[in-house]
Amino acid sequence: MQLRPHSGLTIDGFTLGEKLHTGGFATIWEVTHPDHQGPMVMKVPTILDGYDGPTIVGFEVEQMIMPRLSGPHVPKVIGSGGFDVMPYIVTEKIEGGSFLPIFLKAPLPLSDVIEIAARMVHAVSDLHRQHVIHLDLKPENFLQRETGEMVMVDFGLSRHDQLPDLLAEEFTIPMGTYPYIAPEQYLRCRDDPRSDLFALGAMLYALATGRNPCGTPQSLRGVRKRLWRDPVPPRAIRPEIPEWLQEIILRALAVDPMRRYQTAAQMAFDLTHPQQVTLTARAHKLKRDGWLQVFDRWRVMRKLRRFTAPASVAAQVASIPIIVVAVDLTPEGERLAEVLRRAVKRMLLIEPEARIACVNVIKTARIGIDQGTDEKGNNLHVARLVQLKAWANEIELPDHRLTYTVLEGPDPGQAIIDYATANQVDHIMMGARGHSTTRRYLGSVSAQVVAEAHCSVTVIRLPEGGEPRPETLPA
Amino acid sequence: MRIAVLTDIHANREAFEAVLTDVAAHAVDQIAILGDIVGYGPEPAWCCDTVAALVQTGAVCVRGNHDNAAIGAPESMSTLARKAITWTQAQLARAQVDFLAGLPMTAEAEGVLFVHASANRPEDWTYVTSDTRAAPSFRASSARLILCGHVHVPLLASCDIGGVVREQVFRHGLPIPLLPSRRWLAVVGSVGQPRDGVPQAGWALLDTGRAELTFRRTPYDSAGTAAKLRAAGLPEELALRLLQGK
Repeated sequence: MQLRPHSGLTIDGFTLGEKLHTGGFATIWEVTHPDHQGPMVMKVPTILDGYDGPTIVGFEVEQMIMPRLSGPHVPKVIGSGGFDVMPYIVTEKIEGGSFLPIFLKAPLPLSDVIEIAARMVHAVSDLHRQHVIHLDLKPENFLQRETGEMVMVDFGLSRHDQLPDLLAEEFTIPMGTYPYIAPEQYLRCRDDPRSDLFALGAMLYALATGRNPCGTPQSLRGVRKRLWRDPVPPRAIRPEIPEWLQEIILRALAVDPMRRYQTAAQMAFDLTHPQQVTLTARAHKLKRDGWLQVFDRWRVMRKLRRFTAPASVAAQVASIPIIVVAVDLTPEGERLAEVLRRAVKRMLLIEPEARIACVNVIKTARIGIDQGTDEKGNNLHVARLVQLKAWANEIELPDHRLTYTVLEGPDPGQAIIDYATANQVDHIMMGARGHSTTRRYLGSVSAQVVAEAHCSVTVIRLPEGGEPRPETLPA
Repeated sequence: MRIAVLTDIHANREAFEAVLTDVAAHAVDQIAILGDIVGYGPEPAWCCDTVAALVQTGAVCVRGNHDNAAIGAPESMSTLARKAITWTQAQLARAQVDFLAGLPMTAEAEGVLFVHASANRPEDWTYVTSDTRAAPSFRASSARLILCGHVHVPLLASCDIGGVVREQVFRHGLPIPLLPSRRWLAVVGSVGQPRDGVPQAGWALLDTGRAELTFRRTPYDSAGTAAKLRAAGLPEELALRLLQGK
């Protein structure tokens, strides 16, 4: 490295301004460039004299992964420089600033905890969809945009499962931040996106209770305890925490990744549908497990070398797809709803782990009173929910894999699309009514959903000319 | 600049044609061929002529051990390879032999070194099969990227600032960023006789502007080549090998 960063230094057209932050491994500077508008920051790794392997490799990993990420949940990369002159990465500056000061105020009001958690989980889900596991999620590594999106930074320990893993052989000890590191990361696994869900669970626990679930260990020996010792149930610390939230937190903190949420999208779905979270024994727990139970776990876990990692990030993300089924409950849609239900059952043969989110839309007037607020509207809402449950009953899925939502809006197609986008849905299934002239000219709801949804859409039709026969149904 | 890197064509016309068609669909500026145009396969003359025509229009080509043996150099070889080379020699016309004899051992362009086998003493035809075997190449050359063939099984290795050479795991079909802070060596898979269990032609696409390398596979009519091998009376093992990719 030839140059050291300082205010006023110009490199590749970037001029360094004020130093914003000094961390253990890097400094952050405000920079300007004549060709680039908007506020930018430069991260310069602090390379110790001589050969500073870990810092160098961590920085190489960031240089490799960050330019391949996109979307609102990561900072946009503007430029980078190599080790020959001065290593750096320039990104857009996230104006909303660090999430850490908010985190330090924990315990927070529960409504804030839930809202913040949903935004964090959403960001992580977006990252996993881009084949990247962060592996060092902690409050310091979340920034907030002024528009509210959480932005993740510091990808020095991350793993892009379609690129070479430069860190694979570099370190012989587990990498991560002790309070948030997942049990399988302790066992040196770098391939499991569910490790990030454990870290989210740990942060969510801390936001809700003001304490870390596995304490604040100072040594790897201390980290290892989380393989057998369960955290104090959050409701034992703060009784007003609802059971459903404890269920979510403790599920995210499960020791075995198989017993955790399998995808971030699934966790986000639960955070935004609290009434439909299936409560297990975890939800009601008010004490830590007894010493005998812990001892039994210790006997198994102390010999454990690894948990089974998924085949790939993409395979894990796709393992539990969320499928929205938009059902028409009007009398004229009855036959179509039946055909749709059969198609859903067939889909479950292909995707046996899928979660089915049944939705029905109440069309409201564009202008005028909101039907949902008066008594009549409320009754309609409840009636539709009952009908939707009756429709779904024959799908024969356990409760925790079925949810029911009645949406309201002037534009049913848009309501379905918005719901699918907000819940990071993988697939929409819906029926299309016949070919009437009005539909041809005005457009149908299904055509709008097919054209505008961000996910796959399957449209089911009744065969023309009378009763549907199973062997001629569209697949 | 986008460079298609082909190696170990081994007189397999079907595989070579399939790769050239694939290359044409990838908006490539330059073709580099890392040797072993002939040997093993049933169409050495056609492959020589096609490579010669590509070289005429600007392609880079270096010499492999089978090319060397085909023009009469005393290379030590397995019995199977020797049988095929003896057959090959009878197929080649004077002009084709002259073309092979005129090939250089190494070539360099855009900071990339092209060589058939290990970059240290290329004439020894050392197989680069691991990071340990890749280290001498990094010591012998200062190129940012060394591209070689000879092994028929693709491999990627990097040499970091501290001089540590490590093999890197990669996936086919996805661009691999060649970080500027490291030097890189890639063994490109074989066009005409893949040996990693996948009976598809191997090649690589280098984008020097983006500093990305993509290992690619192109399916081809291996049954067609196997039939030609049998018709030519070449050993049955060579036909089976193409069908199984090993």
